[in-house]
Amino acid sequence: MALQQSDVEKIAHLARLQLEESSVEGYVRNLSNILALVDQMQAVNTDNVEPLANPLDAVQRLRPDAVTEENQRDKLQANAPAQERGLFLVPKVIE
Amino acid sequence: MQWEAVIGLEIHTQLATQSKIFSGASTAFGAEPNTQACAIDLALPGTLPVLNEEALRMAVKFGLAIGAEIGKKSVFARKNYFYPDLPKGYQTSQFEFPIVGKGEVEIELEDGSRKVIGVTRAHMEEDAGKSLHEDFQGMTGIDLNRAGTPLLEIVSEPDLRSAKEAVAYLKKIHAIVTNLGICDGNMAEGSFRCDANVSVRPKGQEKFGTRAEIKNVNSFRFVEKAIQYEIERQIDLIEDGGEVVQETRLYDADKNETRSMRSKEEANDYRYFPCPDLLPIIIDDVYIDAVRQTLPELPDSRKARFMEQYGLNDYDASNLSAYRDQADYFEAVAKVCGDAKQAANWMLGEVAKYLNQNSLDIAQIPVPAANLAQLIQRVLDDTINSKIAKQVWDAMWNGEGDADTIIAAKGLKQETDTGALEQVIDDVIAKCTPQVEQYVAAEPDKRGKMLGFFMGQVMKASGGKANPGQVTGLLKSKLDKLC
Repeated sequence: MALQQSDVEKIAHLARLQLEESSVEGYVRNLSNILALVDQMQAVNTDNVEPLANPLDAVQRLRPDAVTEENQRDKLQANAPAQERGLFLVPKVIE
Repeated sequence: MQWEAVIGLEIHTQLATQSKIFSGASTAFGAEPNTQACAIDLALPGTLPVLNEEALRMAVKFGLAIGAEIGKKSVFARKNYFYPDLPKGYQTSQFEFPIVGKGEVEIELEDGSRKVIGVTRAHMEEDAGKSLHEDFQGMTGIDLNRAGTPLLEIVSEPDLRSAKEAVAYLKKIHAIVTNLGICDGNMAEGSFRCDANVSVRPKGQEKFGTRAEIKNVNSFRFVEKAIQYEIERQIDLIEDGGEVVQETRLYDADKNETRSMRSKEEANDYRYFPCPDLLPIIIDDVYIDAVRQTLPELPDSRKARFMEQYGLNDYDASNLSAYRDQADYFEAVAKVCGDAKQAANWMLGEVAKYLNQNSLDIAQIPVPAANLAQLIQRVLDDTINSKIAKQVWDAMWNGEGDADTIIAAKGLKQETDTGALEQVIDDVIAKCTPQVEQYVAAEPDKRGKMLGFFMGQVMKASGGKANPGQVTGLLKSKLDKLC
């Protein structure tokens, strides 16, 4: 399956990636090659093969429902570019 | 043309865990912003989620309560979208393999008919944070305390055909999750929220019309009004030659209308894929059976038992069984006083009235069940009459003690001393000469009705304490002697 330039632009937009116009063509080619490889693998019959979630056949471990975290707001907000009254501030999302 | 509405609901219930679905941060409501958002909730690099066992147990409980298939292998998936209150850039949810598969619930409509509504699935996911759009230096404020709170999203089949059916279904799910104790059901605080997918089609047509999704509805009443409004809007639109656009609409309760949210440049494309940070969740029959053992009696079976065991009618049984705290209180009163019908009357009468007036939940009722039972017993054993009982109830509500204490302290015991009662009756007859003359002049079969006047006078003169049965007997014999 070959990608179009518009596919790459859409994927980039969904991932909020800004691509140089000149680089799009290269992505179209590289991503199409990956999909061609996937197509090749699709040819293998996997009817009786379970999808593999983990090579060790492990399953999800659970934790008890207990509050173990303390308030570390000051430390955690030290990373944020802007904050006020305990809130993280971000560029306005609605007009 | 005859139109038919097709409605499906997506209900988000916050699971009543202490800690978050993937982290040990608290889920308590109302804390200072970002004081309950830890490194995992903030999606800091290097953190890994670990599933809360209680969230899983609660989800399974719900599945068993609606007779659904339980996913013995369920998988978390990433739902990718960007919004500042979703720090990871994806919501950890379930897609292909949800914890709860197909099930169903039965709803009861106003005319008493019943309808089975299909539940497509219910899946575990994490809640997002909150965006505050007030002006913070021209920016948006983000509180991530809610981020990572466990949700169970319950998706219905498009089986609902009216706003009323949708509300009946919503109330049913609300009663189930609160009875199970897996959600506090608080709609005002957002613990129980609902999005409605609404479309219309010509009656008889198989194909669904284009649907709109209504968000932001936070009470049963508004859900009904919002859906009703949306159905009418779509019908008007089509009849005027327009077309329904697939979009998300917000309900504005003040104006009672739905409004289009700013149209997105493109349709949502969530690009779900299995979450590599979380392994498949595997549960077995032993686990499922153990959870089944912990299921409480649910409203439907409790209602049936109330009708069978206590002889309640359908309406009373329905009302008293919907919520666990109320049903428990009723049963406690009924058992102690020994008269379920009286207990039911009190529950649906004075108890409901006082709770309503004081905006209290049954869990906060100031009168213990045993005290109400004692009050009912005092009516049954003729210590007080039912009118005085309401006075005692009021005093109990205001914390003046139990029924016996109040009856003794206020001297409310029914007057059963025949001599004293006869004196009161004689006084009334002496004072009300014109009415006595009318009574004597009336046809004997009309006299029964006229007795009411004298009853009222005697009860008033006795300060309400006379035994009505006794008064009737004495009055009648005295008056009839005059005829």
